[in-house]
Amino acid sequence: MTSELDIFVGNTTLIDEDVYRLWLDGYSVNDAVALRVRSGILEQTGATAGVLQSDTMDHYRTFHMLERLLHAPPKLLHQLIFQIPPSRQALLIERYYTFDEAFVREVLGKKLSKGTKKDLDDISTKTGITLKSCRRQFDNFKRVFKVVEEMRGSLVDNIQQHFLLSDRLARDYAAIVFFANNRFETGKKKLQYLSFGDFAFCAELMIQNWTLGAVDSQMDDMDVDLDKEFLQDLKELKVLVADKDLLDLHKSLVCTALRGKLSVFSEMETNFKNLSRGLVNVAAKLTHNKDVRDLFVDLVEKFVEPCRSDHWPLSDVRLFLNQYSVSVHSLDGFRHQTLWDRYMGTLRGCLLRLYHD
Amino acid sequence: MPGKLKVKIVAGRHLPVMDRASDLTDAFVEVKFGNTTFKTDVYLKSLNPQWNSEWFKFEVDDEDLQDEPLQITVLDHDTYSANDAIGKVYIDIDPLLYSEAATVISGWFPIYDTIHGIRGEINVVVKVDLFNDLNRFRQSSCGVKFFCTTSIPKCYRAVVIHGFVEELVVNEDPEYQWIDRIRTPRASNEARQRLISLMSGELQRKIGLKVLEMRGNAVVGYLQCFDLEGESGLVVRAIGTACTLDKLSSPATFLPACNSPSKEMKESPLVHPPSHGCRSTHNSPIHTATGSRLTQSFSVSVPTLIYTGMGSGSAGKEGGPFKALLRQQTQSALEQRGGSPHRFCRRREFPFLTLTAFPPGLLVHVGGVVSARSVKLLDRIHNPAFVGIMGNTRSYKLLDWNSFNSDEPETRDAWWAEIRQEIKSHAKALGCHAVVGYSESTSICEEVCILSASGTAAVLSPRFLQEGTVDGSLEQRVEENLPVGCGFCHIPYDELNMPFPAHLTHCYNCRKQKVPDVLFTTIDLPTDAVVIGKGCLIQARLCRLKKKAQAEANATAISNLLPFMEYEVHTQLMNKLKLKGMNALFGLRIQITVGENMLMGLASATGVYLAALPMPGGIQIAGKTPSDGSYEQHISHMQKKINDTIAKNKELYEINPPEVSEEIIGSPIPEPRQRSRLLRSQSESSDEVTELDLSHGKKDAFVLEIDDTDAMEDVHSLLTDVPPPSGFYSCNTEIMPGINNWTSEIQMFTSVRVVRLSSLNLTNQALNKNFNGLCENLLKSLYFKLRSMTPCCLCHVNFTVSLPEDELIQVTVTAVAITFDKNQALQTTKAHAEKSLQRASTDNEELLQFPLELCSDSVPSHAFPAAKEHPESASSNSGTPAAQRAVTVEKASPMGDGNFRNRSAPPCAGSTVGVVKMTPLSFIPGAKITKYLGIINMFFIRETTSLREEGGVSGFLHTFIAEVFAMVRAHVAALGGNAVVSYIMKQCVFMENPSKNQAQCLINVSGDAVVFVRESDLEVMSTQQPAVNCQPTCTGEVTT
Repeated sequence: MTSELDIFVGNTTLIDEDVYRLWLDGYSVNDAVALRVRSGILEQTGATAGVLQSDTMDHYRTFHMLERLLHAPPKLLHQLIFQIPPSRQALLIERYYTFDEAFVREVLGKKLSKGTKKDLDDISTKTGITLKSCRRQFDNFKRVFKVVEEMRGSLVDNIQQHFLLSDRLARDYAAIVFFANNRFETGKKKLQYLSFGDFAFCAELMIQNWTLGAVDSQMDDMDVDLDKEFLQDLKELKVLVADKDLLDLHKSLVCTALRGKLSVFSEMETNFKNLSRGLVNVAAKLTHNKDVRDLFVDLVEKFVEPCRSDHWPLSDVRLFLNQYSVSVHSLDGFRHQTLWDRYMGTLRGCLLRLYHD
Repeated sequence: MPGKLKVKIVAGRHLPVMDRASDLTDAFVEVKFGNTTFKTDVYLKSLNPQWNSEWFKFEVDDEDLQDEPLQITVLDHDTYSANDAIGKVYIDIDPLLYSEAATVISGWFPIYDTIHGIRGEINVVVKVDLFNDLNRFRQSSCGVKFFCTTSIPKCYRAVVIHGFVEELVVNEDPEYQWIDRIRTPRASNEARQRLISLMSGELQRKIGLKVLEMRGNAVVGYLQCFDLEGESGLVVRAIGTACTLDKLSSPATFLPACNSPSKEMKESPLVHPPSHGCRSTHNSPIHTATGSRLTQSFSVSVPTLIYTGMGSGSAGKEGGPFKALLRQQTQSALEQRGGSPHRFCRRREFPFLTLTAFPPGLLVHVGGVVSARSVKLLDRIHNPAFVGIMGNTRSYKLLDWNSFNSDEPETRDAWWAEIRQEIKSHAKALGCHAVVGYSESTSICEEVCILSASGTAAVLSPRFLQEGTVDGSLEQRVEENLPVGCGFCHIPYDELNMPFPAHLTHCYNCRKQKVPDVLFTTIDLPTDAVVIGKGCLIQARLCRLKKKAQAEANATAISNLLPFMEYEVHTQLMNKLKLKGMNALFGLRIQITVGENMLMGLASATGVYLAALPMPGGIQIAGKTPSDGSYEQHISHMQKKINDTIAKNKELYEINPPEVSEEIIGSPIPEPRQRSRLLRSQSESSDEVTELDLSHGKKDAFVLEIDDTDAMEDVHSLLTDVPPPSGFYSCNTEIMPGINNWTSEIQMFTSVRVVRLSSLNLTNQALNKNFNGLCENLLKSLYFKLRSMTPCCLCHVNFTVSLPEDELIQVTVTAVAITFDKNQALQTTKAHAEKSLQRASTDNEELLQFPLELCSDSVPSHAFPAAKEHPESASSNSGTPAAQRAVTVEKASPMGDGNFRNRSAPPCAGSTVGVVKMTPLSFIPGAKITKYLGIINMFFIRETTSLREEGGVSGFLHTFIAEVFAMVRAHVAALGGNAVVSYIMKQCVFMENPSKNQAQCLINVSGDAVVFVRESDLEVMSTQQPAVNCQPTCTGEVTT
C-alpha cells in the first residue's frame, strides 16, 4: 500500500512554526522529519513516523505555495487563497525575511549580483548554513534592494511599506541596502571582529546624516546614496591637520580640557596628532569611491587599532572624541564648523560603536 | 419582465501577466447573462485595471433569474490574434431573489480558470430590481428560501413542516458529447461547469415550485447531488424538507445567554407555540408508544435489496412489470389504510424529512435505521430524444427527465421512487409513519450504479405537520407527565407483534415504557436526551473483492455481495459499540462504494450511552474446538484483552451508569394490558421477501465464535482501533454528547488520501487491513495536525470513500475541530446535572434516586481525564495564543499597504480580506447567527497538463481545494456574510494520468451563507450586522 496523494487543507491555513523554521533553514523533507523525530515530538504526541512525514510534507507544500506571495508581502495580505490570521501573516513574513548573522556578514557590502550568488556555495560551506537557505537570504537582500533602490523617501519606511517588515528588521534591511549600494568593505580580516549590528548601527547614522535625504527631507530624498557634495566639501577639513598652528591649538585645547580626566592621558597626548591626522584624512579621502568603500578599514586602522593597542578604556575614547569634536568650535581660524559637525557627529557615533574587542 | 439585473465591473487586481514583452496585461471584461453580453473597455497595460464600468442592465424573466448564473469573463485584448481568456467568475444571483437575504452582491471574486486555477481577482457589484408583482412571483419560485442546514435554521421558527420534496434533472454530459473531441479541455470544462450551474438553478426552481404548491416558503435540509454517469449523462437530483418558516423578528426573545447551541435550538421554536394542529397546553409533550432498534431495518432492507437489485440489474424489461406490481401493492395498501394514523403519508407520497434535528416535541419515538439499496445498470438510460433537443438554439435548455416519463419506463425518477417506497414500507414495519434524517446517495462505477437511501423510522408529533395530516389516533397515545429525555427511545412498534426478535426492557429512565437494548439512528442526538458520559466516533470498515465483470453479470455479482456487506458492517458496528461500552448510535451513515474489482463499505456513527437504554453486555469469545490447551489459553487471553478494552473505554468516555438491580427494571415480558391494540398484521407491512435476521439474540452474551483465522482477524481488528489521544474527542454528529462548553476557535478542514494497493496481496483480509490502516492513519494525522487546539473535538467527521481506479482507494474527510474549555466543563455539567435533578424531582418520587446518582457520580468524572499529560510541543504552545487572538477579530484589516492602496484599489472596496469561517455544523460556537443570506452551491472543475510542475497530484489537489475554499469565502463575503454553516463537500472526483502528466478534479460544495455576531459583541452592538471595521494598523498610519 503506497500513498499516492496525501493532503490536508484547513479553512484557516495551519502554520507550524517549527516546521516553518526547518523549511526556512533549507532542510529537505527527510532531514526535517529526522530533526523533528530528534526533538522528541513522537514521544510527546504519540504519533508515528508516517504521520510526521505526512505532516511535514503538507507543511512544506503549503510553504512552497506561500513562497510566491512572500516575495511580495502585500500580496499575502490581499490574496484570497490562504486564510491566515494577520498575526500569522506577520510572522510568516518576518521569519521569511529574517537572515542569519553569519550569512549577512559574508555578503554585507558586496554587490548583490550573479557573481556573488555563485559564491553562495562557498559561503554555505563556510557558515554551515544550507545552500537553500543562503539562496533565500541572498534573494531577499536582492529583492529588497531592487525595489527600494530608486525609491524616494525614507529607506526604512519604503522597506516597511513594501515588505511589511517589523521596524527592527526594516532597519537591518536598510543597512544591508545601504552597504550594498555603497559597497563598503566589511570582509577584511581586521574587520572580522565587527558584528552586523555594529555595521547596521553605523549605516543608520550615515543614512541619517550623510545622505541626500539628511539635508533636505522633502526634495530628492534619496537615502541610499551618500551626499556627493558633502563628500566633496569634506576636503576643506584638511586644514585642521595641514595648518600646523591649527593642529597645535586643537591639541592644546583638547589636552587642557581632558587633563586629569583620562587614564590614558599621556598616550593620548603623544598620539593626538596621529589620531587627528587619521580622522581628518579619512574625511578628505571620501571623494574617491575606492576610499569610501574602505571607510571602515580606515577607521579601524587609523583610530580603533592605535587606541586599542594603548588599552584605552571606552569611556576615555568617548571623552576624547567629545572633546575632540567640541574643541574645533573654539578654533577661530576654522570656518567649516557645520561641515565638521555633520562629519564628526556621525563618525564619533560610529567609532564608539566600532571600539570593542 | 419581472426583473432587472444590474452589474457593475469595478476593478481587477493581481492579474496574471499576459503579454510577455511588456510584463503587463490589456484586460477587459465580458458580462453575460442568458444570451445577452456586455463588454467593458480595454484597460491597457495594467495588472490592476480600474474599469469602473457603467451599470450593465439585463431585463430578464424571473425564471431565468433562478436558472442562469451570471457569467463574468476576464480577457486579455490582443489586436492581432484572438483575445486570450484569463478566467471566469460565475455568480449565483439566487440570494438576491428573496427579500430577507442579501440585497447586493459586492466584492472581490477570484478569477478562476479551469486550467490555471485562480488568476487574480475582480471587483463586481450585482443588484436585482424585482418588480413586486406577487402573482408572478408565485409562478416562478422566487422567494422560497433554501437551507442546507438539516435543522430549523436558528433565526426562524417552524410553523408547519410540510414534508419531503424531491426533483431530478437529467442532461447529456458535455464531456461525452462528440464536440468534446474537437474542443479544448478548457472549453469542455467550462461547458460542464456552466451546464451544472444551469441545472442546479433549474432544479432549485422546480423544487421551489413544489414547495409553493405545498404552501410552504422554505426548504430545509436541501441536499443536491450530481451523478456523473459518463456516457449515459449527468443527473442532478435534490431532496429536502418543505417547511413554512417564520422569521423570529426580535432577537431579544432569545438572547444567547448560554454557550451551548443546543439550548438555543431548544428554545427558539418554543418562543411562539405553533398554531397548527396542536391543542397542547404543555410545552413539551411526550407521546408514548414504543421504540425500536436498528436490526430490524437491516433485516428488511437487505433481502429486498437483493431482489430489486437483481430485478433491474438483469434486464430493464423484466424489471418493469415487477416494479409496476410493487407500486400497485403499496398504492392499494395505502388506500386501504385510509383511516389509520398513517394518513400523513397519503397526501404526499413519502413521509420523509431530511432533518436530523427537530423542534422540541416533534420527534416522539424512534424506530431504528431503515435503508434500501438497489443496483442498476446505466446504459439503458441513454435516450435518443436528447440529441434532437440538444441541437436547439438555447443550447443548454435543460431537459426534465420527467417530461419523457410517459413513454420511457426506465427512468431515474422511477428508480428513486422505488427505493423510497421500500424505505417507507420498512418504516411501517417498525410501526413508524415517518422517516427522519433521510438521505440518498449513489456510487457509480462504469455502467453499474448503486442507489442507496437511508433514514430513521420515527413517529412524529402532528403539531408541526400540516393540518389534518394526522388524525386523532396518535394523540390518544399521548401520556402525560413523562420525564423528558427518554421518550424517543421507547419502541414505536407493538411488542406482542414485533417485526423481528428483539430484547426489550423497561426504560431505565422512566421505567414505564419498553426500550430496545440498542438504538441505531441517522439523526443527531436529540437535545433533551439524557446521556451518560461522552460520545465517540465509531466506524465499521469493510472491503470485498469481486470479479471484474460486465454489465448484468457485474450487477448481479454486486447484488449478491451487498447483503453480506451490510451484515458484516452491522456486526462490526455492534461489536465496536459494545467494546466502547455504549448502547446507541447517532448519525449513522453507511456508504457502499463500488469499484472495478471490489466493494467498500464504510459506516460512521457517533456512539453514546443513553441513560434510558440498558447497559450493554460484554463480548464473549468462544472457541470452536476446546481440545487444545494452548488454544484455550489464547482464547482466554483474547477475552481478557476485550474485557480490559471495554473497561478502559468506559473510563475514557466517562460512562458510569448507576447500578440498577434487576428487580426494579422488571422483567422483559410484554404486558398485554398496556399494549392491546395491534397496529397491523405483519404481512401487511413488508413484501414477500425473505427476512434476513441481523439481530444477535441475547443482550448479555454477545458471542463471537472463533472458528477460523478470519474470525480471529476480525477480533484482532476490533482491538486495533486506537482511541484518540488525550485532549481529543471525535463524533460525526453536530454536537458531541457530553461536551457543551465550546469556545470560539474552530478549524474546518478537508483531508484527502489516495493509496495504491499492491496487486499482489489482494485478498479480502489484506484489503480490510489496508483499508483499516488507511482510515486509522488518517485520523491519527488529523489528531497530530490539530494538536495545538487541544482540548478540542472533531465534530461532523465525514468520511467519503471512492475507488477511482483498479487499485486506488480515495478517502476524503471533512470535519471541524472545535475547542472547548475543560475547566468550564465542570461547572456546566454540574449545572446540567442539577437541571436534570430538578426535572427528575418534579417527576415520579421513586425516580429521584437515579438522577441523584447521576449527579454525584458523573460530576467528578467529567474532569478532563488526562489533562496534565496532554502533549504540548514548543510550537503548539507558542502558536496557540496567536491563533486564538486572530480568530476573535472577525473582520480585521491586517496591515495597510500605503502607496499600493492609493494607486490601485478603489477606496471603498475594502482592500483587506475579511475572515470567513466555514463549518459543517449548523451553528458557530460562541456566536449567534443573525441572518441567512442564501445557499452556496458551487461546482468546479480543475484540470492540468503539467502535473509535475504543479507539485504532483498532492500539489495539484492541495491547491485546488484551497482555491475552492477561497471561492466559497469570496462569495460569502460578497453577499455580506462572514461564515458558511452546514458546509459540505459533496463530491471530490479525482482522476490522474501521471504518465501523460495530466490530472482532473471535480469538486462540488454547498452550505448556507450567514451573518453571525459574537455573543460577547452582541451586548454592545445592535444585532443588525457585524461592523466591518477597517482598523488601520501601524503601517497604514505611517504611510497615509
